[in-house]
Amino acid sequence: MKVAVQVTCINDAMFPDTGEAVFTLLRRLGVAADFPAAQTCCAQPMVNTGYLDEAVPVVRNFVDAFAGYDAIVTPSGSCAGSVRHQHAMVARRSGDGRLAAAVARTSPKVYELTEFLVDVLGVTDVGAYFPHRVTYHPTCHSLRMLGVGDRPLRLLRAVRGIDLVELPAADECCGFGGTFAVKNAETSTAMGADKARHVLDTGAEVLVAGDNSCLLHIGGLLSRQRTGVRVMHLAEVLARTEDA
Amino acid sequence: MSGTFVGMPAFPAAAREALSDAQLRRNLAHATSTIRAKRAAVVGEVDEWEELRLAGAAIKDNVLHHLDEHLLRLEQSLTERGATVHWARDAAEACEIVASIARRHDADEVVKVKSMATQEIGLNEALAAHGITAWETDLAELIVQLGDDLPSHILVPAIHRNRAEIREIFRERMAAAGRPAPENLSDVPRELAAAARLHLREKFLRAKVAVSGANFAIAETGTLVVVESEGNGRMCLTLPEVLVSVVGIEKILPAWSDLDVFLQLLPRSSTGERMNPYTSMWSGGTEGQEAHVVLLDNGRTRALADEVGRQALRCIRCSACLNVCPVYERTGGHAYGSVYPGPIGAILNPLLRGVGVDEQTDSLPYASSLCGACFEVCPVRIDIPEVLVHLRSQVVDAHRAGPPKGEAVAMKSAAWVLSGARRLSWAERGMGVAGRVLNRLGRKVMPGGRRALGRLPWPGSLWSNARDVPAPPAESFRARWRREGRR
Amino acid sequence: MSAREEILGRVRSALASADRTDAPVPRDYRTAVPPGDIVALFAERLVDYRAELTRCTPDSVPAALAAALGPVSAVLVPDGFPWQVPGAVADTGQTPVELDRLDAVVTLAALAIATTGTIVLDHGPGQGRRAVSLVPDLHVCVLRTDQIVPGVPQAVAALSPDRPQTWISGPSATSDIELDRVEGVHGPRTLHVLLVSP
Repeated sequence: MKVAVQVTCINDAMFPDTGEAVFTLLRRLGVAADFPAAQTCCAQPMVNTGYLDEAVPVVRNFVDAFAGYDAIVTPSGSCAGSVRHQHAMVARRSGDGRLAAAVARTSPKVYELTEFLVDVLGVTDVGAYFPHRVTYHPTCHSLRMLGVGDRPLRLLRAVRGIDLVELPAADECCGFGGTFAVKNAETSTAMGADKARHVLDTGAEVLVAGDNSCLLHIGGLLSRQRTGVRVMHLAEVLARTEDA
Repeated sequence: MSGTFVGMPAFPAAAREALSDAQLRRNLAHATSTIRAKRAAVVGEVDEWEELRLAGAAIKDNVLHHLDEHLLRLEQSLTERGATVHWARDAAEACEIVASIARRHDADEVVKVKSMATQEIGLNEALAAHGITAWETDLAELIVQLGDDLPSHILVPAIHRNRAEIREIFRERMAAAGRPAPENLSDVPRELAAAARLHLREKFLRAKVAVSGANFAIAETGTLVVVESEGNGRMCLTLPEVLVSVVGIEKILPAWSDLDVFLQLLPRSSTGERMNPYTSMWSGGTEGQEAHVVLLDNGRTRALADEVGRQALRCIRCSACLNVCPVYERTGGHAYGSVYPGPIGAILNPLLRGVGVDEQTDSLPYASSLCGACFEVCPVRIDIPEVLVHLRSQVVDAHRAGPPKGEAVAMKSAAWVLSGARRLSWAERGMGVAGRVLNRLGRKVMPGGRRALGRLPWPGSLWSNARDVPAPPAESFRARWRREGRR
Repeated sequence: MSAREEILGRVRSALASADRTDAPVPRDYRTAVPPGDIVALFAERLVDYRAELTRCTPDSVPAALAAALGPVSAVLVPDGFPWQVPGAVADTGQTPVELDRLDAVVTLAALAIATTGTIVLDHGPGQGRRAVSLVPDLHVCVLRTDQIVPGVPQAVAALSPDRPQTWISGPSATSDIELDRVEGVHGPRTLHVLLVSP
């Protein structure tokens, strides 16, 4: 099986350690994955703000970059959701039948990281070690757009040394929402403040999620409030072992 | 008598004001969490819930796809059963029809069953211009009307008010509208409801004309259905000699038997009950009553023409989407500037009115984080996030001709950078340089060890006013990958 | 052009390019039935709505009626109601104001729904016109156990749209103040069901 990792633009530019963790993890599980260097972004920022024409070349770049792979793994529920639910719409908008065909070939091969681990590789114990008090925020797109269910929690429960505590009102949105975070900044931070309060209520040292965009928002609030709680992508937790 | 939404600011400004009202946020959080829990419990009892949702969506879609035929069928059924059918292209025409019926019966007042359609068309204000007083008889609508207020929720229009505020409204305003509030009225809900009972009863007993909406209109049989809780609906539907029902053209169900889906979906989604206390069903003139039905377009055919947005016309006005929406929970309904607030309002208003005309309407599709909780609870499976994104693209397209806004410039630039890896790589290299500098100069360290940027100038301030931003890494993922010569 | 023609024209042009094939409607929900005894379920759900319930036999109905009505002096009894009632007043087409002076009303019902605790009146014999079960403050309804159907689909199938209907689930109620449920607003503040087993 030819496997590619879609690192995502935000991880590429802002959170390279998350990208690194995905490769470390996959290598440990015996998967030699590629980083197709032509990749950029899934086009979600344009699509969700309403700029469909602008999204067309980005989607075209996506399908070109990942052509020929059997599985495309991404550490983002949101990007996976965008590919699966929005690329076809962008392709329709372009009026380009070949792009539509390419999207139809590529989209079903995209897996959010936990889907790939649990469904394709069939593992829940990835041999990780993380001796910290952790709480998990299931991001909206993982939860509702993709329906990843309890896969992330099954993976986290199998981590050695972890003290996993339940996050109250976990399924409530953190308020990030892409450009919503700036177009409706006050509402976004009001939502985020409630999420941050729930995180603090758990007494966790680390807040884990499967999307760095949400963590950028919640982590930014937690840091501004000087709470001392750090945020970490799920892939980085799963990549840790006793040796590292 | 009651306020108007005309001239409301765009969503972000209206939301800012609502967010600063701590009392409002407490009232909303309490009310929405209560009703969410009730809904979840009674929906959990129904094993075949998902199938009912699918059935509800399919029935409504089939109606919409043959709406012309169903409208003619409904008109025929109603006429055969003695009702007079009127057609109204828009709000003004619908209001004029209702006013002329009232005038023909020399009525200077009408009693009203809570109805979204009549609120949408501004019926009360239009009747007032004709010298006809419209009395709202639903408790929450009464609170809103007496308080010169605006509704903020589809089901519970006074959800933004707590008991103490309601007591004050009753004490100060009831006397001017009829029977005054009892002396020593407390703020116990039971006593407040009893005061409303006494106040409204004299109006029910003397009214000659009533105005209602309808939750469902059955094409096959001409049956109109009104679901309610208090009995004010039954009072209006039963006692007056004349009944005018204003019905949106999307309210049709094909057959009587289809009610078995909707009378399961609506109460559980709406009030979180297995069944609402009262449901009235009648066709045409019943028990000697003179019945009029006004079939209302007012933008519905515009929504119908939108291939993606059309699904919003399945809406049965249950308000489940409002109660789960994290945005609604914090801003309340007034911020949406319409009788239709919340997620459904964010799509319905632009669909009914069209985009590119006013800033307020254009702001609504953006009043969502696209979290998807609304779609999950919608009893007729309206994919609200999908329609929101679709409408955002319409808003953007409507402004393409004019001078580009800052946002458009930013999006076009981002798209240009992101349509090729080489361009992105150059941009990241620039960020890396900045990152190296900032990592040396940045004073604040975020938990986990990364340096944070300080407060950024506008538009970055929109982010950094409340949130720290990690400094960019010195090296992007792709740069590290290339440097290490991996494949 | 008339409003009618114009609206129909708008509908047709809105759908001009739409795929008008009917979507299949799943109907398996119609065969789903609640487990267990539906009479017990109905009783439980009815009481859950804060309606009052008295179980009786055909012989004990008159006594149960007297007990449920209590010390009232004027009780509206619709045509076709089969039992004697103390303080009975016949329906002579009283105006709303006159109905408001009565203490109570007794009726039969068309059927009842177990899963929702609902009684349905189709205003046939013994059930009265719609206003009589609305205006007086106490509504006593006599129902036979064999009138109970399992769920909403069975009720809709058994009822005729040719008759007006009133579906009643407990006494009148509101949740408009802080989502706090209050029983008794405009309709009868007390609903008392006499459930007659053979």
